[in-house]
Amino acid sequence: MSKNLFNKIWDLHKVGALPTGQDQLFIGLHLIHEVTSPQAFQMLEERGLPVMYPERTFATVDHIVPTANQARPFEDSLAEEMLLALEQNTEKHGIEFFGLGSEHQGIVHMIGPELGLTQPGMTIACGDSHTSTHGAFGAIGFGIGTSQIRDVLASQCIAINRPRVRKIDVSGTLGPGVFAKDIVLKIIASLGVHGGIGYAYEYAGETIRRLSMEERMTICNMSIEGGARVGYINPDRTTFEYLKGRAYAPANSAFDDAVAFWNSIASEEDAEYDDVFELNVDELEPMVTWGINPGQAIGITENIPRLSSLAEEQREVAKKAYAHMDFEEGSPMRGRKIDVAFVGSCTNGRISDLREAAELAKGRRVHPDVKALVVPGSAQVAAQAEREGLDKVFAEAGFQWRGAGCSMCLAMNPDKLQGRELCASSSNRNFIGRQGSPTGRTLLMSPAMVAAAAVSGEVVDIRDFTPGYGLNHGGERV
Amino acid sequence: MKKRAHAKEHDTQRVSRIVGTALPLRGNDIDTDQIIPARFMKVVTFDGLGQYAFYDVRFDENGQENRHPFNEREYKGANILISNSNFGCGSSREHAPQALMRFGIEAVVAESLAEIFAGNCAAMGVPAVRMTRDQIEELQTAVEADPGLQIEIDLLSESLKAGAREYRFHISSSYRSALLNGSWDSTAVLLSQSEAIRRKGKSLPYLNENPFK
Ligand code: SF4
Repeated sequence: MSKNLFNKIWDLHKVGALPTGQDQLFIGLHLIHEVTSPQAFQMLEERGLPVMYPERTFATVDHIVPTANQARPFEDSLAEEMLLALEQNTEKHGIEFFGLGSEHQGIVHMIGPELGLTQPGMTIACGDSHTSTHGAFGAIGFGIGTSQIRDVLASQCIAINRPRVRKIDVSGTLGPGVFAKDIVLKIIASLGVHGGIGYAYEYAGETIRRLSMEERMTICNMSIEGGARVGYINPDRTTFEYLKGRAYAPANSAFDDAVAFWNSIASEEDAEYDDVFELNVDELEPMVTWGINPGQAIGITENIPRLSSLAEEQREVAKKAYAHMDFEEGSPMRGRKIDVAFVGSCTNGRISDLREAAELAKGRRVHPDVKALVVPGSAQVAAQAEREGLDKVFAEAGFQWRGAGCSMCLAMNPDKLQGRELCASSSNRNFIGRQGSPTGRTLLMSPAMVAAAAVSGEVVDIRDFTPGYGLNHGGERV
Repeated sequence: MKKRAHAKEHDTQRVSRIVGTALPLRGNDIDTDQIIPARFMKVVTFDGLGQYAFYDVRFDENGQENRHPFNEREYKGANILISNSNFGCGSSREHAPQALMRFGIEAVVAESLAEIFAGNCAAMGVPAVRMTRDQIEELQTAVEADPGLQIEIDLLSESLKAGAREYRFHISSSYRSALLNGSWDSTAVLLSQSEAIRRKGKSLPYLNENPFK
């Protein structure tokens, strides 16, 4: 049987079968951050265990960092305490830590790829569900809980059941103003938020092949929102070119040897899958969520689905969504007044995302009723954007330009929604309370759509807004 | 030496039966952001999390109790949570099952469970099992009518008894056997293979002495 990448990597990293029937899987790269690791270190301490592979463990700080004023000690003493714990734990165990002030600090799923730590053929684990992001490189990334972080620290392994693999075959050409974010929102809306439970997703097909690494990361990032713990894309020239010259990527002749290995790990042409799903994106519109999970998404010109048009098992959550969002079934999303606009997160806080948003912001003004934030996902992205003058473009347009971090993607730092504010957001979760206010409301969309909403003061179709919107999908000018 | 101590510890960690009363929590796609809002995760231990379980749905902006099964007196002391599909989706935060456990929940029954959440429960020694939609509905209705209904979850026979009724449930066979033989705390089990782990590490193209050769 011809194998897919997932099963090749699994077999390569399998240490053995456990008595429970699970496999013991070696983890090639372990990334940690301040929120989910302190309890794991504490458990290690209680058992007097060392970290087995400190040289394969890398840490950064992202969730709790304030993005407006990053001076230490933080105003929030709890946040300060968490950062201190990570500093102490990494110091004690000899783990490399890209802390605040380091040019390599940033959201954990941004810095792995940027540093070239994330490579094809690896198993990667991190105590964060968006570890699926790293799959964009042809690695398999597992989001794990704190007890499993303890396992990886102690043994560099996890105990895990092998999932099935579903190939998601994407064909067609994206129209202007339609982005990778729209593809993944469409996939989740089609297969449902639990459609991927028990599966790893392989994103394949001509459309995926044409995407840049940054776009591929956006897609793999949101696998978990469709229930799939793992999402990946086979490595190819785009992948290798991205990695070349990065700090932790193999250099010189080792790079060529690495490419040979990386090519060998890709799915065979006739590889077998447990399931296949096909999507054509020729007619895909910019997507926007209307509800309280990422699967409740529609094309921008569509209306919010009526209860009667939904399958029985979707109705309960739909009712909850209408009530929480205060949206009427059958009504359009276009024209809804927003209060906050957020460009950032590990889904869309990369340089190409910022370029797309800046292109839109250039020469325009944020609507007076809107508070707009642009938060680079990493210190490297921040520096690059500043070199390109994007920070000035945003500032002149009335967007706040911030320091790197998770920011308004989740409510663990000062960036939060207030009351019932409606937020156009480039992040990945529109769960009730996710952005910090129990009554706050989130609309997920692409970064360009967020920027367009920010300057319009309402949800707009970016295709109306900028006829001939002059961007291709790598964020460079056509 | 250390290994021994753990094995012994595990002997006392077998989980085979949970008996008690239930807490019916209706709803699909209940995510971990709801189970434990992020602001309560600014802690370096899990100890105090129980009081914050479902905080934003249990309390209004002024800290007054809303109507919520976790607040209702008739469910005080219930140790078996019964919810619907895709329970525990979203963030991987183990803070969510930890908060439930520290609130007093010893088992979770749902139509389906998000994968990372189910894995976290397993790693904490908390059985998380699945039943069909109709069975869950029947069970929730029965408990709402009689909150004192005695429930028994038996992992050995994979059955749940609720009063006079008996149901079959599903649980991944590996989670089940880890709970039954007390090996759900996997660190010791994994570490017992430390030589094989080192060998595996050396054999990987990207970790061996001459990388990619
Ligand atoms: S940006 Fe959001 S989703 Fe990504 S790691 Fe941070 S909090 Fe999690």
